[in-house]
Amino acid sequence: MSSDPKLERIAKGNALALCATGTWTASFAPVLERMVADAEKLAGSPQSIFIDVSEVAKLDTFGAWLIERLRRSLTHGAVEAQIAGLSANYSSLVDEVRRVRATPVVETSTVTITGMLEQIGRAVAGVGGTVAGLIDMLGAVLAVGFRVLIHPRSFRLTSTVHHMEQVCWRAVPIIVLITFLIGCIIAQQGIFHFRRFGADIFVVDMLGVLVLREIGVLLVAIMVAGRSGSAYTAELGSMKMREEIDALRTMGFDPIEVLVLPRMLALVLALPILAFLGAMAALYGGGLVAWLYGGVDPEAFLLRLRDAISIDHFIVGIVKAPVMAAVIGIVACVEGLAVQGSAESLGQHTTASVVKGIFFVIVMDGVFAIFFASIGM
Amino acid sequence: MAKEAQSEIQNPIIRVRDITVQFGATRVLDGLNLDVKRGEILGFVGPSGAGKSVLTRTIIGLVPKVAGSIEVFGVDLDSSNTSQRRNVERRWGVLFQQGALFSSLTVRQNIQFPMREYLRVSQRLMDEITMAKLTMVGLKPEVAERFPSELSGGMIKRVALARALSLDPDLVFLDEPTSGLDPIGAGDFDELVRTLQRTLGLTVFMVTHDLDSLYTACDRIAVLGNGKIIAAGSIADMQASQHPWLRQYFHGKRARAVMG
Repeated sequence: MSSDPKLERIAKGNALALCATGTWTASFAPVLERMVADAEKLAGSPQSIFIDVSEVAKLDTFGAWLIERLRRSLTHGAVEAQIAGLSANYSSLVDEVRRVRATPVVETSTVTITGMLEQIGRAVAGVGGTVAGLIDMLGAVLAVGFRVLIHPRSFRLTSTVHHMEQVCWRAVPIIVLITFLIGCIIAQQGIFHFRRFGADIFVVDMLGVLVLREIGVLLVAIMVAGRSGSAYTAELGSMKMREEIDALRTMGFDPIEVLVLPRMLALVLALPILAFLGAMAALYGGGLVAWLYGGVDPEAFLLRLRDAISIDHFIVGIVKAPVMAAVIGIVACVEGLAVQGSAESLGQHTTASVVKGIFFVIVMDGVFAIFFASIGM
Repeated sequence: MAKEAQSEIQNPIIRVRDITVQFGATRVLDGLNLDVKRGEILGFVGPSGAGKSVLTRTIIGLVPKVAGSIEVFGVDLDSSNTSQRRNVERRWGVLFQQGALFSSLTVRQNIQFPMREYLRVSQRLMDEITMAKLTMVGLKPEVAERFPSELSGGMIKRVALARALSLDPDLVFLDEPTSGLDPIGAGDFDELVRTLQRTLGLTVFMVTHDLDSLYTACDRIAVLGNGKIIAAGSIADMQASQHPWLRQYFHGKRARAVMG
């Protein structure tokens, strides 16, 4: 049924006649295009131009368009190229194609140096907007929080508990596992280096202070930003894409109250719990390594730990947790609500949520370090 | 070769035999048989939840079936190898209920996506064909550089149809093409499907709820109920049928309004 397409020139005195044969369909498009391009060069200045298509076995939009393209480029001045021998089957297709205006497509996105500089400039200028957006969301959440305090019945307990389960309970295994391993590594490295000075036992001091003040909470916050911050952004973002958030608004619900507050609250409650569990797991892991690898038996470890750390260290660590949780939650919700219509946008904002979340967590940690140092804790 | 071609013209383009589809314990399609003839527009109706979309998705291969066989273009989709299947997939186009346009690509890129994958043609030809397809589905060339989220519901349907038609398929599946369109837009769409079927020689498999579409666009109607085809035939056959659901459907208040 399908035969190779051909386009042949038939000399007819003063007229230019082209005869198209074979299958003019999409699968032959590259061949057809080349043939048509060759034929276009034949122009000259004949009295009349015909394209005979009576021998064409099969025609689709691609073929019809290429014949139309040929017809247009051969038409010059008053001499219009004619299509001859069109079968009734295909005449409507050719008519349809004839209505097409071939507007050249303007490629807009070209990479230039000025364009790149412009993008950098815009990104820097956008930082201010980002911070303003975060403060805006913080204000909105606090306002809704106070409103809920005054009208406790509008508080969404079920939703909060659901998110607690997702963010806290289900995160326990992975958080405990990773902090346990980190505790092991810190202890092993500490013993390895302290042994040279005969100061093996000081590894307990290092482990205790480091885990309770910094590593425990910081590591857990970073993991939560990756695990739950991204989930929040993706959830809110896809709800935004499907106009679910607009639907809530039109029903008279405040999306902050229904969606953001329960998530924020769950995160603020979850992070201290996870940070505590993480710190305990790290201490346990460190103690285990100190015993098995460093020969510090558990009794000596615990005695030393009691001397090395005070409740202050624990408070310094755990106080940071809810603040970091709030930062992660706000960043995640702002990014989620900023998602536009496309899947690409969802991906960008989820990435941004995790990156910004981790960045702000570390910044907050630095601010806390300065603060605690200056009040002598 | 010629004999094969001959048989392809006479045989139905889609032949569905004893299809059974089950989700858990619920049997959605139960030993269903259906033929779609070459060049016709088949309207496919049935109550909500009867499994119209499931049948469409089963034929396309998105839903696994428990039993039965499906032949499209004379190729049994279960026993076919990958290249045969690719070949079949190249010859059909699907319009999903929600359009299913790629949200991170522009309209132009959406329509060119199948061409880019399956054909080796120049960018110029792809751009021109894209314009031709947009004109065919009644959209302005300016739409080409917009993203799907910047289009109205009716425009999304049209762009999705243009994408379904981008490789000049022989067969198109339309899943509720006129749902969510205003009556004038829906009427235009029916007209469009008719025109395209005439100009391109398409076979159209259309799932619909729209009585107007059935009257104006479809050559034949198949009705799904209890997991089987309960009736198939022309609109006159449907009106003459004594089946209770059909009677309600074609003689209800809305049907009378359509018939005038």
